[in-house]
Amino acid sequence: MNAAVALAEIVLALSGLGILMVGVLLRQADFRFASLLTIAAFIVAALLVAVEPHGTGLFGAFVTDGFSTFMKLLVLAGAVLAVLMSLDTARETQVQRYEFPVMMLFATIGMMLMISAADLMTLYLGVELQSLSLYVLAAFARDEPRATEAGLKYFVLGSLASGLLLYGISLVWGFGGSMDFAVLAHTLSAPAVASKGLLIGLVFVISGLVFKVSAVPFHMWTPDVYEGAPTPVTAFMSTAPKVAGIALLLRVMMTPFGHLAAEWQQVIVLVSVLSMALGAFAAISQHNIKRLMAYSSIGHVGYALIGLAAGSAVGLRGVLIYMLTYVFMNAGTFGCILAMRRRGHLVEEISDLAGLARNDPLLAFAFAIFMFSMAGIPPFAGFWGKYFIFAAAVQSGMWTLAVLGVLLSVVGAFYYIRIIKVMYFDEAKEAFDLRPASLSLVVGIGAVFTTFFFVVPAPFVAAATLAVKALAF
Amino acid sequence: MNQMGFPLLSLVTWMPLVGGVVIMFLRGEAAVVAAQSRLVALVTSTIVFLLSLGLWFGFNSADPGFQFVEQVPWLPQWGITYKMGVDGISVLFVLLSTVLTPICVLASWESITSRVREYMLSFLVLETMMVGMFCALDFFVFYMFFEGVLLPMYLIIGVWGGPRRVYAAVKFFLYTLAGSVLMLLALLAVWLVAGTTDIPTLMHYSFPVGMQDWLFFAFLASFAVKVPMWPVHTWLPDAHVEAPTAGSVILAGVLLKMGAYGFLRFSLPMLPVASATFAPLIFALSVVAVVYTSFVALAQQDMKKLIAYSSVAHMGVVTIGIFTFNVQGISGALLQMLSHGIVSGALFLCVGVVYDRMHTREIARYGGLADRMPVYAFLFMLFTLASMGLPGTSGFVGEFLVLVGAFEVNFWLALFGSLGMILGTAYMLYLYRRVIFGALTRADLRSIKDVSPREVMVFAPLVVITLWMGVYPLSFTGFWEASVHALVMHQQAALAGAVKLAGVVH
Repeated sequence: MNAAVALAEIVLALSGLGILMVGVLLRQADFRFASLLTIAAFIVAALLVAVEPHGTGLFGAFVTDGFSTFMKLLVLAGAVLAVLMSLDTARETQVQRYEFPVMMLFATIGMMLMISAADLMTLYLGVELQSLSLYVLAAFARDEPRATEAGLKYFVLGSLASGLLLYGISLVWGFGGSMDFAVLAHTLSAPAVASKGLLIGLVFVISGLVFKVSAVPFHMWTPDVYEGAPTPVTAFMSTAPKVAGIALLLRVMMTPFGHLAAEWQQVIVLVSVLSMALGAFAAISQHNIKRLMAYSSIGHVGYALIGLAAGSAVGLRGVLIYMLTYVFMNAGTFGCILAMRRRGHLVEEISDLAGLARNDPLLAFAFAIFMFSMAGIPPFAGFWGKYFIFAAAVQSGMWTLAVLGVLLSVVGAFYYIRIIKVMYFDEAKEAFDLRPASLSLVVGIGAVFTTFFFVVPAPFVAAATLAVKALAF
Repeated sequence: MNQMGFPLLSLVTWMPLVGGVVIMFLRGEAAVVAAQSRLVALVTSTIVFLLSLGLWFGFNSADPGFQFVEQVPWLPQWGITYKMGVDGISVLFVLLSTVLTPICVLASWESITSRVREYMLSFLVLETMMVGMFCALDFFVFYMFFEGVLLPMYLIIGVWGGPRRVYAAVKFFLYTLAGSVLMLLALLAVWLVAGTTDIPTLMHYSFPVGMQDWLFFAFLASFAVKVPMWPVHTWLPDAHVEAPTAGSVILAGVLLKMGAYGFLRFSLPMLPVASATFAPLIFALSVVAVVYTSFVALAQQDMKKLIAYSSVAHMGVVTIGIFTFNVQGISGALLQMLSHGIVSGALFLCVGVVYDRMHTREIARYGGLADRMPVYAFLFMLFTLASMGLPGTSGFVGEFLVLVGAFEVNFWLALFGSLGMILGTAYMLYLYRRVIFGALTRADLRSIKDVSPREVMVFAPLVVITLWMGVYPLSFTGFWEASVHALVMHQQAALAGAVKLAGVVH
């Protein structure tokens, strides 16, 4: 059964259980200790992922290849940054319990399963493990009505999406005859075999997955959950799970259903355009920064999906580079948002940032870099992501999509530079509390990566090119 | 590296950033940091200027190709290289940028009092972006710098600008961004078809005629906003009025030239057929710009706004010159660009001088300054005359050459173009009369002081260049003669080829 391919996941799961034991046995074991252990576990897992053998295992349900290595490393990077961010902000956000990092760890295992899924059942298990952990995390601040509401909302809508996904899987299984990606790919290589029932199943599967990456029209939960969940959870949710969701979407679309590209492409194009448009226009009127980031993440998913819509190796590479840049700038942005604290309480209004450039020039500078990067202004990393995405769209001759995309990015730029405007042009308000070192570290990592990506983009592009080769090209 | 074995262009480009890093690490009391930032910025930009003089003396004007070329692989598998170089068309714009930056630093010495460190940092970053843009020999690198200019300028207008600065800054940012994202798509299309983003290669690549039209409009969207051409010029008056004096100087002096430079570097050589096809459109827009904005300028109550509208009119003359496709027209356009860079920059500085004293730019608030500020009146007059295009000043030669070139194309074009000179005389003299002459009626103007030695230092180089360009333009036109000639020959050959091809098809 070749379990060696899943060594990283197994080790991570065992460490998760171990950390839980430690938490229970050592009564005084605190949140901080558990968090540090979790980070250590992530790092070990990352090392294992980096050297893992490529192949299928666990009775063909699990696959590791260049693609999974790239994406898992990205997910683990996002997870480490998220745990780091929660280290010194847990008390204010009422998540300071040792189970908190453990839940993040289990969610991460779910994501890694999603990335390595070679079978619709593994896919579903991965999605559910990730989602259930996230539901709990969203409601982790038990005494906070907003968080409970967010958790419940997320749970109800998420279950609905899981239902859709499961229903789609059953249809695909019924009409396609298998749940194994390789078998499905083989069966569907003659498009005539793709019956109407299978296509309906495919649409359901796409709907379920689109919900998980919060793209339009299954985005409704995102702003409420982002706003209500404790901010460290929001930071986590908007980074690693997005990467895993996109990775899963890429693999499912390209591997088993790669031959049906003509069928799903139009769906993805529609989802992509709607997400970009909604992300750009709906964010304009937001005044809560977490809601704004929710719409921003919807927009970013829209851009990433352009690469999938292009359906070419270049397009997928674009998506990979986009997600790479997204993880670091998004983590950095949330680092900045978590640093918005006055007298021990988090503040979330955009207007609270007023005059940050005077009170804390370094933080404002980093925040400005992230915002410019998200708007896609060169030379920052975000521009490169967009560049590779649009290059793919142009190469596939999808001019309408490309023109819409760049024009919507101008609309998006409006609200990103509005934040810079508030920080730099408005009169200073009361200063924020002193930044904890962990946040400075995360913001620093994000800022350095975002700023200096342009100096040596070549190795990252090469890694992404290699990763994409695994997906049937 | 390059033929000299010395990366002069990269040094000129990145040196300001080194100064910027030094400024970032200054520590101490606010006043000390401010003083040190000013000094570091001035020293850095002066060193950069001195380095860039190497271009002036080392440039071989007989060679129409690119010189001082240096390249480093950047994204080799994508055919993207970090490649720098200048030819006759771009070399003087590098110098224009490096001349104006120290002047701007000096002009902001006293007028900027808040957040001096960030201000100087922005200017140094801006200098890197401007110089890099004119030096870039890779389309991708060009785009990075072209967009990169937005960031510091956005902050300069938004942080240190006037009362409506936020509106102006956001408008400036979005207008320019909307244009340049379309150019990004054109860049991708170009790269896709030609397989490279190397500008010298692209300049001799013949794109399919049908594709040229699309590319032309994508480029136009970007460059027209930057020039700015009517009807996308509306961001300019707002940005100029709200920007601090030095910001206006750089905007008018260098940033407006980026659009025209883009036409010369990309549209004309890469898309010769489409450029010829759509030249009438450009002429029409330019004539509207010249005539309409001149009338608008005549009606302005705000000094900066008046000069801003005059910039649009002057740049209209430039775009006419570029699309005449003859040596006189293009040569004249280049000279007019340089001249406008110096003269309108100087005019904004003139406004800045009285603004620093009276904190208003309303024309009606002034009058009779000749009595109290004789030196200032003289300087202002010189630049007013240069802006009108008086023979002997820089403004004359450029406009004259453009009109000669336009005459070869179309009589009416030349006629409407010259209308700009007449109207220019009207609004500039009207401005000058209202501000400098007349009776000194306002009490608060009685105690106004004439220009200080620092301000004389700011103006002196600009006076020298203005007169030099007017009296002996050959020392400037000599730089680009060979390049412009090659450009025109290339254009004619491409058109002849296209006609021949059409003949074969029919």
